[in-house]
Amino acid sequence: MLGKLNWSAIPFDQPIVMIASGTVGAIIFLILALVTFKGWWPYLWREWITSVDHKRIGVMYMILALVMLVRGFSDAMMMRSQLALAAGGAAGYLPPEHYNQIFSAHGTIMIFFVAMPFVAGLMNFAVPLQLGVRDVAFPVLNSLSFWLTAAGVLLVNLSLVVGEFSRTGWLAYPPLSEIAFSPGVGVDYYLWSLQISGVGSLLSGINLTTTILKLRAPGMGYRRMPVFCWTALASNLLIVAAFPVLTATFAMLLLDRYCDFHFFTTELGGNAMMYINLIWLWGHPEVYILILPAFGVFSEVVATFSGKPLFGYRSMVMATMVICVLSFMVWLHHFFTMGAGANVNGFFGIMTMIIAVPTGVKIFNWLFTLYGGRIRFSVPLYWALGFMVTFVIGGMTGVLMAIPPADFVVHNSLFLIAHFHNTVIGGVVFGVMAGYTYWFPKAFGFKLNERIGKAIFWCWFFGFYGAFMPLYALGLMGATRRMQHYSNLDWQPFMLAALGGACLILLGIVLTVVQLVVSIRARHRNRVGADPWNGRTLEWSIPSPPPAWNFARLPVVVGTDAFWAMKQSPAGSGPGGEGAPLEALHLPRGNPTGVFTAFFAVITGFALIWHIWWMAALGLLGVLVVGLRQAWRTDSEVTVLVEEIVAFERRHAKQGVPA
Amino acid sequence: MNSVNQALPLPAELPLSFRGPAPVRTVAGFGFWLFLLSDIVIFGVLFAAYAVLSGETAGGPTGASLFDRKHVLIETACLLVSSVTCGFALLAAQRTEKLATYFWLAATFALGALFLSLEASEFSAMIANGAGPSRSAFLSAFFTLVGTHGLHVSAGLAWLFVMVLQIATLGFQPMVGRRLFCFALFWHALDIVWVGVFTIVYLGAR
Amino acid sequence: MEMESSAQGAAPGSNVRTHGSRGSYLIGLSYAVILTLASFWVASTDLIYAPGVPILLGVLAIAQMGVHLIFFLHISSAPDQANNFLALAFGVFVVFLVVFGSMIIMANLNHAMMPMDRLMQMQR
Repeated sequence: MLGKLNWSAIPFDQPIVMIASGTVGAIIFLILALVTFKGWWPYLWREWITSVDHKRIGVMYMILALVMLVRGFSDAMMMRSQLALAAGGAAGYLPPEHYNQIFSAHGTIMIFFVAMPFVAGLMNFAVPLQLGVRDVAFPVLNSLSFWLTAAGVLLVNLSLVVGEFSRTGWLAYPPLSEIAFSPGVGVDYYLWSLQISGVGSLLSGINLTTTILKLRAPGMGYRRMPVFCWTALASNLLIVAAFPVLTATFAMLLLDRYCDFHFFTTELGGNAMMYINLIWLWGHPEVYILILPAFGVFSEVVATFSGKPLFGYRSMVMATMVICVLSFMVWLHHFFTMGAGANVNGFFGIMTMIIAVPTGVKIFNWLFTLYGGRIRFSVPLYWALGFMVTFVIGGMTGVLMAIPPADFVVHNSLFLIAHFHNTVIGGVVFGVMAGYTYWFPKAFGFKLNERIGKAIFWCWFFGFYGAFMPLYALGLMGATRRMQHYSNLDWQPFMLAALGGACLILLGIVLTVVQLVVSIRARHRNRVGADPWNGRTLEWSIPSPPPAWNFARLPVVVGTDAFWAMKQSPAGSGPGGEGAPLEALHLPRGNPTGVFTAFFAVITGFALIWHIWWMAALGLLGVLVVGLRQAWRTDSEVTVLVEEIVAFERRHAKQGVPA
Repeated sequence: MNSVNQALPLPAELPLSFRGPAPVRTVAGFGFWLFLLSDIVIFGVLFAAYAVLSGETAGGPTGASLFDRKHVLIETACLLVSSVTCGFALLAAQRTEKLATYFWLAATFALGALFLSLEASEFSAMIANGAGPSRSAFLSAFFTLVGTHGLHVSAGLAWLFVMVLQIATLGFQPMVGRRLFCFALFWHALDIVWVGVFTIVYLGAR
Repeated sequence: MEMESSAQGAAPGSNVRTHGSRGSYLIGLSYAVILTLASFWVASTDLIYAPGVPILLGVLAIAQMGVHLIFFLHISSAPDQANNFLALAFGVFVVFLVVFGSMIIMANLNHAMMPMDRLMQMQR
C-alpha cells in the first residue's frame, strides 16, 4: 500500500539526526504559526507565492539559497570537526555510513541548492532591469522554475528525517549508485530531487536566454548590453545545452535502478565509465554556469566603484563567449586517471590550459579598469578585490592539475578539494556576496550595514584561507578526499587549522544574518533613492524598490553604460523616451501554476522514491490537471492605469528620484 | 496594442537588434526553439549511449537479428507524411479555416497513432522473445533511445488532442495560434530525430 | 507596426518568404522520400563498397535533416533568422561533441581497461 515506506524509515536510533530534524521542524512550525497568527497568508500568497514578477522571484531564490547555505555549511562543520578528531586510532563521532551521507549531502546541496539558486536569483533580479524591460520572456514559467527548485530542496531535506540520503558523493558514480550496491532510498532521493529541480533550471535557462536575445529596450543592440547580461547569456546558453545531459544521464541511472536496465551495471554489458563521461560532460559546463554570472557582477562592481567605464568591453564579451564554447571541450580533465590513453589525456590537458586564457583576459581588464579610476572602497569592491587574488590562486592550481601527469599525483586528494573550493568560494560565493550587497538597495530601498559587511568579508576571506590552504598541503602529503578517519598523526595540526578557518566562515555566515536584522531595523534611517552607488546601468534609473512595471516608459538607449550617458547629457538624468505620453500598462497577473505544479512534483517524487506507485500516478495526474487549467487561462494580464503610474512617480519624486 | 514590453517607433534602417522588444509570437517561438534544442541534446546523449553500448549484447540477440526493415520503412512513411499534414494544418489555421484545420490535425493524429502502434507491436514482440531491455546493455540502450522517441510522439499526440479542444473552445485567438505553431515545430523536430534513429539504429545494425 | 513585428528577428518556422504555401511542404516531402528510399537501398545492397556504407548513410541522413530544416522549419541564412540559425548551430555543436566525444573516449577507455566482467571476477 505504501511501497517501501514504513516506520523504520525514521531514524529514531540516530540522536544527531533526530535532534537536527526536530529543531528544523520546530522552527518551521513556529514560522508557520507566526504567519497564521498575524494573518499574513493572503499577502504572502498574493504578493510572493503566486508572484510572476522577476524581482520577487529573484528575492525568493536568494532566500532559498541562504537557508540552504546554513544546511550545507552545517554538513561542512561536521566534516571538519570529525576530521579534526579522527586522527591516529581515534574514530571521531560520525560513523562511516553517516559521514558518507554528510559529504554527499554537502556537495549536492552546495552546488544545486545554494550556488545555482544564488546565481539564478541575481540574474532574475537584475537582467530585465539592466535590459530596460518590464519582465522576463515567460513570467509564469519563471515562477514554475523557482518552485521546482524549492521542490527539490524539500525532497532533499525530507531525506534527513524520512529515510536516508545517498552515500555516493555529489555525483553518484555507478556501480556504487546502482541498485545492487545501494539498495536503499538514498540514491533515489538524490536522483529525483535533482531531476525535478533540473527541469526548473532548464526552463530558467530558456527563459533568460530568450529574454536577453529578444527583449531589450529600444536602441540596445548587442554591443550596448551591460557585461553582466552578456555573462548571463553565456551562462544560460550553457544551461540549455548542458542540463539535458544531466537529465538524460540520471534517467539512464534511474532506469537501471527501477527497471533492471544495464547502462552502467557491472554485468550484461553495462559500462560505468560511460556514466562518468556523461556526467562530466554536464559537470564542467556547470561550473562555468556558476562562475560566469559572478564574473559579470565583478565587471559591474569594478566599473561602478572605479567611476570609469569597464576597460576592454569587446574583449570581455569575446572572452565570455569563448569560455562558453570552450567549457564544452575540457570535461575529461575530471577523469584523467581513469584509463584514457596519453593522446586523449593530452588533448584535454591542452584544452584545459587554453581555457584559462580568456579568464586571464578578464582579470587584466578589471585591473586596467581600476587603474586610474576614482576608487571607492565599498563592500562590493572588497569582495571583488578578494576575488581577484583568491580566484587567481585557485585558477593556478587548476592549470597545475591540467597537466595529466601532475593530476595523477593529486587526483581525488585534498589538493583537488582545496582547488575547487578555492574557485567556487573565491569566485562564486564572493561574486554572489558582491552582487547581493550591490543590488540589495535597489530591491529593498535601503542599504545593508557597511561595517558589518566588511566584517563578513574579512571572516570569509581569512576563513577561506585558513580552511583550505592546509588542505592543499595535506593533499600533497597524500591525504585523500572523503575519508572519515586517518592514521597519520602529522596531518592532525593541519586538520585543526582547517577547522579554525571553518569557524571563521561560520562567524561570517552568522554575521550575514545579523547584518540583515540590523539593517532592516535601521531601514528608515538608511533609505536610498534610485542611484545609491552612482551607477552606470539602467537599473539605477528607476526608484528603489522599483514599481511592478519597472519602467513607466521604456528607455531609449544610445550607448553602452546607458544610464551613465543619460546622467552626463545636458537633458538631465531621466531614463529617456520622455517625450512620449504615459500609457496604461498590461502586466502579467499572479499565477498559482508554479506552486501547484511543484506541490504535485513533490508528491510524485516522494512516491517514486518509496515505490508507492498509485501515489506517483496521482501526482502526475495533478501536474497534468494544473497544466490544463493554465492552458485555458485567458485572464492572464492585469492593467495598470496611468493614474496609478502618475501617483507612484509623484510619491517617489519626493525622494529626489528621477521620474 | 499595448503588451507587456512595448517598443517605441524608430527609423526603418535600424538593425533588427536595435528595434526594442520582440513581439510575443517571436518570443514564444524562439523560447520553444531553445526547448527543442535542449530536447535534441537529450537525444544526443541517448544516441551516444547507444553508439557506445551497441556492441554489448552479452551473448544475447543482436540488432541485425531483431530488426525488420520493412516495418521500419512503414513507420518512417507514417511520420514523414504526418509532418506534411501537420504543416498543412498550420496553413489552414493561419487562414482560420476550422474544418480544414481539424481535418489535417486528425490526419496527423492518425498517422502518429499508426506509428506508435507499429512500434508498440515491435517492442512487445521483442520482449516476448526474451529480447527485452534487461537482457543486455545494447537492448537497454535500444529501448531507451527508441522508446524515448516514442514517448515524445505520445506526448505530441496528447498535445495535439488538447490543441483540437482549444481550437473548439477558444477559437483561433493569438494564444492558440502560437501554441499550434509550437506544436508544429515539435512535430517536425520529432521527424528529424527519427531520421537519425532509423539510420543509426535500424539501418546501421550489425 | 512593421518595425515592431520585425524586432529581434523572426520566430523559427515563420519565414515570410517561403512559408504560407503548400509548395514548400510538398517539395520537402519529395526530397525526403527520395533520400529515405535511397538510405534503405544503400543499407541492403551489395553494389556499394562496404566500408563506405556507414559514411553514405550518414550523408543521406544529414541531407534529409537539412531538407526538414529548410522545407518544413523554414530555416535560412537570412538576417532575421540569425538567432535561430546560431542557436541551432550551437545545439548541433554540442550534440556532435557529446556523440563523437563519447565514442572516442569510450573506445579509448575500453581499449585500455580490463573488461568489467573480468574485473568483477577479481572482486570475488
